[in-house]
Amino acid sequence: MRRLSVLTILLIAASPAFSQGFLTPLGPVAEDQRAHLIRVTAVTMIAIVPVLIGVPLILWRYRRGRGAAYRPGFEFSLPLEITMWGVPTAIIIVLGGWLWQSTHKLDPYRPLGPDPLQVQVIGLNWKWLFLYPDQNVASIGTLVIPEGQPVQLKLTTDTVMQSFMVPALAGQIYAMPGMVTDLNLMANAEGEATGRNTQFNGVGFADQSIAVRAVDDAGWQAWVEGAGNAPALDSASYAQLGRRGSASDAASALDLPDSRMRLSEPDLFHQVVSSYHDGQPIAPDQQPGAPGYQPEAMK
Amino acid sequence: MKLLGNLNWDVTPFSDAINDPSTNTFVAAGAASLVIIGAVSVLILLTWFRLWRPLWRDWLTSADHKRIGVMYIVLALVMLARGVAEGAVMRGHQAMALNGGPLSADHFSELFSTHGTIMILFVAMPLVTGLINIVVPLQIGARDMAFPVMNQVSLGLTAAGAALIMVSLVIGRFETGGWTAYPPYTGKVFSPGEGPDYWIWSVVPAGLGSMLSGINFAVTIYKCRAPGMTYMRMPLFTWTALCTAIMMIYAMPPVTVSSLMLALDRYAGFHFFSNDLGGNMMNYANIFWMFGHPEVYILVLPAYGVWSEVAATFSAKQLYGYVSLVTATMSIAVISFTVWLHHFFTMGQSASVNIAFGIATMIIAVPTGVKVYDWMATLWRGRIRMTVPVIYLTGFFILFVIGGLTGVILANPTIDYQVHNTLFLVAHFHNVLIPGVLFGMLAGIHYWFPKVFGFRLDETWGARAAGLWVVGFCLTFLPLYVLGLMGMPRRSPSFTDPAYLPMEYLAAFGAVVILGALAATFTTYIVSIRHRKWLAVPLGDPWDGRTLEWATPAPVPEWNFAVIPEVSSRDAFALEKEGGTPYAPVSRYADITLPRRTTMGLTVCVATTGTGFALVWHIWWLVILCFTGLLLTMIARAFATNTEQIIPAAEVARQHRRWLDAIAQNTGITRDAECTSANRGLAAPDEVIR
Amino acid sequence: MSQNLHPGLNLGASHGDAHQQSELSVFGFWVFLMSDLITFGVLFATYAASSTPIAMAGGPGPAALFDLTSTGMQTAFLLASSLTCGMASLALKYREGPRRIALWLAVTALLGAGFLALELRDFADMIAKGATPMRSGWLSSLYALVGLHGLHITAGLVWIVVLLLLIWRRGVTDLIKTRLLIFALYWHFLDLVWIGIFSVVFLRGLA
Repeated sequence: MRRLSVLTILLIAASPAFSQGFLTPLGPVAEDQRAHLIRVTAVTMIAIVPVLIGVPLILWRYRRGRGAAYRPGFEFSLPLEITMWGVPTAIIIVLGGWLWQSTHKLDPYRPLGPDPLQVQVIGLNWKWLFLYPDQNVASIGTLVIPEGQPVQLKLTTDTVMQSFMVPALAGQIYAMPGMVTDLNLMANAEGEATGRNTQFNGVGFADQSIAVRAVDDAGWQAWVEGAGNAPALDSASYAQLGRRGSASDAASALDLPDSRMRLSEPDLFHQVVSSYHDGQPIAPDQQPGAPGYQPEAMK
Repeated sequence: MKLLGNLNWDVTPFSDAINDPSTNTFVAAGAASLVIIGAVSVLILLTWFRLWRPLWRDWLTSADHKRIGVMYIVLALVMLARGVAEGAVMRGHQAMALNGGPLSADHFSELFSTHGTIMILFVAMPLVTGLINIVVPLQIGARDMAFPVMNQVSLGLTAAGAALIMVSLVIGRFETGGWTAYPPYTGKVFSPGEGPDYWIWSVVPAGLGSMLSGINFAVTIYKCRAPGMTYMRMPLFTWTALCTAIMMIYAMPPVTVSSLMLALDRYAGFHFFSNDLGGNMMNYANIFWMFGHPEVYILVLPAYGVWSEVAATFSAKQLYGYVSLVTATMSIAVISFTVWLHHFFTMGQSASVNIAFGIATMIIAVPTGVKVYDWMATLWRGRIRMTVPVIYLTGFFILFVIGGLTGVILANPTIDYQVHNTLFLVAHFHNVLIPGVLFGMLAGIHYWFPKVFGFRLDETWGARAAGLWVVGFCLTFLPLYVLGLMGMPRRSPSFTDPAYLPMEYLAAFGAVVILGALAATFTTYIVSIRHRKWLAVPLGDPWDGRTLEWATPAPVPEWNFAVIPEVSSRDAFALEKEGGTPYAPVSRYADITLPRRTTMGLTVCVATTGTGFALVWHIWWLVILCFTGLLLTMIARAFATNTEQIIPAAEVARQHRRWLDAIAQNTGITRDAECTSANRGLAAPDEVIR
Repeated sequence: MSQNLHPGLNLGASHGDAHQQSELSVFGFWVFLMSDLITFGVLFATYAASSTPIAMAGGPGPAALFDLTSTGMQTAFLLASSLTCGMASLALKYREGPRRIALWLAVTALLGAGFLALELRDFADMIAKGATPMRSGWLSSLYALVGLHGLHITAGLVWIVVLLLLIWRRGVTDLIKTRLLIFALYWHFLDLVWIGIFSVVFLRGLA
């Protein structure tokens, strides 16, 4: 049974329909998550298959008028009780152990190797902004990472709560204004994947996707260097990004040739986080992502 | 100051449709028209059939637990029709939503928000509350609820919330952040309109009403049991009702509080959940799910109770594993308060916290599994009749374990990181709520309907409905698992990946089947009312039932029992029938005191609806007027005298003897004739084969 | 039938029907209080979670706002009112007559009103210092917790007025006996919650 279910899942996963999900992983975290899904499913089947098979059998065999055995007073059996409580308990003990181990192993806060590439992520309505503080690169709606190198994302938003997810790499984590969460991920090979925000945040929600590219060293160098000539991301252009609209809306508003910008304020991420902690109220026209947001009115 | 607050002519979907004619606005205007046409036709029908007087006397002002229960269920079925229709519209939209779709994103998000709010708070909750109301006093041998008038008030509060949601379809717009209404998205800065206010003022009264219901049920079960009805003799449905009641008492206050805190943020500029000045949206998630998670078990436990009754009755056996089932029910009720965090494993807390809540979540699977096995063991070596409730039970068995499997999967934080907020999650909770709660409630309605109305429901149409629900569920929601694994987020107004399309088409087709199931369900009721003479079971025991409620006439008289029964065992009525001593004559009858009719519930309903509506639109004079009215009504109640009526012993004796005489003249039927017109509600034993 | 029908003060057999009839209502009210305790519990938790520098958002904190003399007096008022409320219950149990009951109730109401007046004065002082509930998340949770308790006290005062009216019009009937028992539960419960607020909010805030 176990082998069968594993086989079924692998067969399903192999279909091109799953090319964007974690059943077609691009990195070690998603690989482990898929493996965990398969083993949990397989073990839980021990408790479920008896129901799936037993119920139709019982209904057929003991239907009225068939004349099978009838024990109207049967209401307790110690061996049966022990099995009923014991088997699920045993399964949960096994699954609980795995849960413990895999939750620690795949803790999104745990770096996947020494010296990970630092990427800061700011969720905006309705686009993601990626900052590479060490490379002085910013990128709107496109996440480029070098293959084979651990990456550490630091996430926040400058609007409502959002959830950052790249299924092929590492699943999701919430990002909230004034707060920072971490997500560690890595790509095993060159490739492309799609990411998204999964926490509904308004009419542009469906447009808030991410093009993820894992590239080789040469590609990475070229991508970073190419940003040197791109328009600068400073507080003025950042204010534009706070307006409601998709990544491509923002790129055309700022007249960008591609998703890249030059990060001229390396401290931008922390400014965004701390803007919610300065003890000052934020008027609706100064709140990025709000319907009444008017960056011109700022300061 | 504007007399009508923020109200004006531009807030109706009709003005939208005139100003901007499109599929989107026509759908909204059509829905609004349906509400208006529905309301007007009800008014016309009531007048045409001269039903105003009976409606007022026998229903709206009645404090009888059975009638209040029926009103809860009618409310739930009306809301179910809207909820299912919204679900079908969403599935239809999404099937066309590759790079767009007929509805606007705003409209779509209103739909998933109302759909969720309605289905949980105004369909599932009233179904559960209604069924408990009807059944529990009968099962424990009580005359009524402990607090009949408060029972009416609970109904009034729930109905007020439902009314406000219905109004939001015609006047203004609803909230767009889902049924959980997470701030800061639903705060004033990001949602300046009236939408979240509609949500708040629908949820708050419903939450209060459910909390009061919980108190009522718990006190009734603790204090109003017939002599001899010890805890371990209570029918399983009553046990589940007790656990649900306790959970309502403890789980409803958090949602009332979190909604009111959100209201303070929105109306008065507080900073509980705002982005700035120290607000913390994570508090909202925690408080909301302290309600939200127990809530699912509040809903599903009574369904477990129904399965326990149905499995035993229709296999003509004693329930297997009574003690196990009681223990499992209690364990679930307790553990369900310790798992709320699994709704946000992805919020960034430490791995250790996630592990604790993940394992707690998995542990619930143990008692739940035990229950499923217990029901299987109950059926084993029985004589099973494939009646409508058993069809639902079969669907439940097969589908619910799949929901259980995906529940265990989701309990793993590592996997949850991948499928949280995706359609996998949507599929999972529909998988437990439809086969679990909805099937359970529909089976329960079919099972106890004859007790309340005196005639059975049509088996043929009932079976058709059950079959369509099962098939419709599979077609609609199993594909969503696949879409979730493909990474499709929930609440998507549109998508760009054509790979989603096949599963979307399948789910949309399934939604059509579910619409058929809904139609078949209503047809069952209509056909049965037409054939009520043929289906009548006045002697009160159509299914060869095992528990006290079947030892009364159908419909049950207002006082339930002519004399309060003495209970000496579990399944007391079944044992009496086995021993050949049911329907013992009564030597002495006494006067019976019952609560008098009152307009309390109705007044509370009207005043609460008015307060809520006025708050939504900032019509302050109306807020003060309605709220003062509400307070004065409650204070005035303290001065009310003459709140009871007395049924004379002679009247009780006359009706009871007439019923006993009818039983004496009837020979009864064996289970072979259960679904024929020969079934008048008296069970005859099978020839004994052991 | 056992002597104690429900937790708390029982009337005893000498009160005849009232002794039995109050069982349902008093037990039901206990259950309600447990539910109300959850309401307060949620607000306590919110307050605890908001007692951080981030939630205070640079606004005034406990040291700048709390006045232990005033809250101490409020505590004294409330404790004294619980005592007088208890005296009303004893007067009921030992049949000391409607006048005595009404008198103790009236004293309870006066003490409660005194508590409320002091609390409102504190709120006014805080608002004068710029510490409105709109200033910070911490202040929002403070006003919500303390204010909800104050609202409960206000409701209790209205309740006493209704009880006094009923006693005046109808005397101490069985129904009113039950209501007096329930009111006493409510009032002592509010006392208990206040002890929590006083310790968790005011004492700890200044510690």
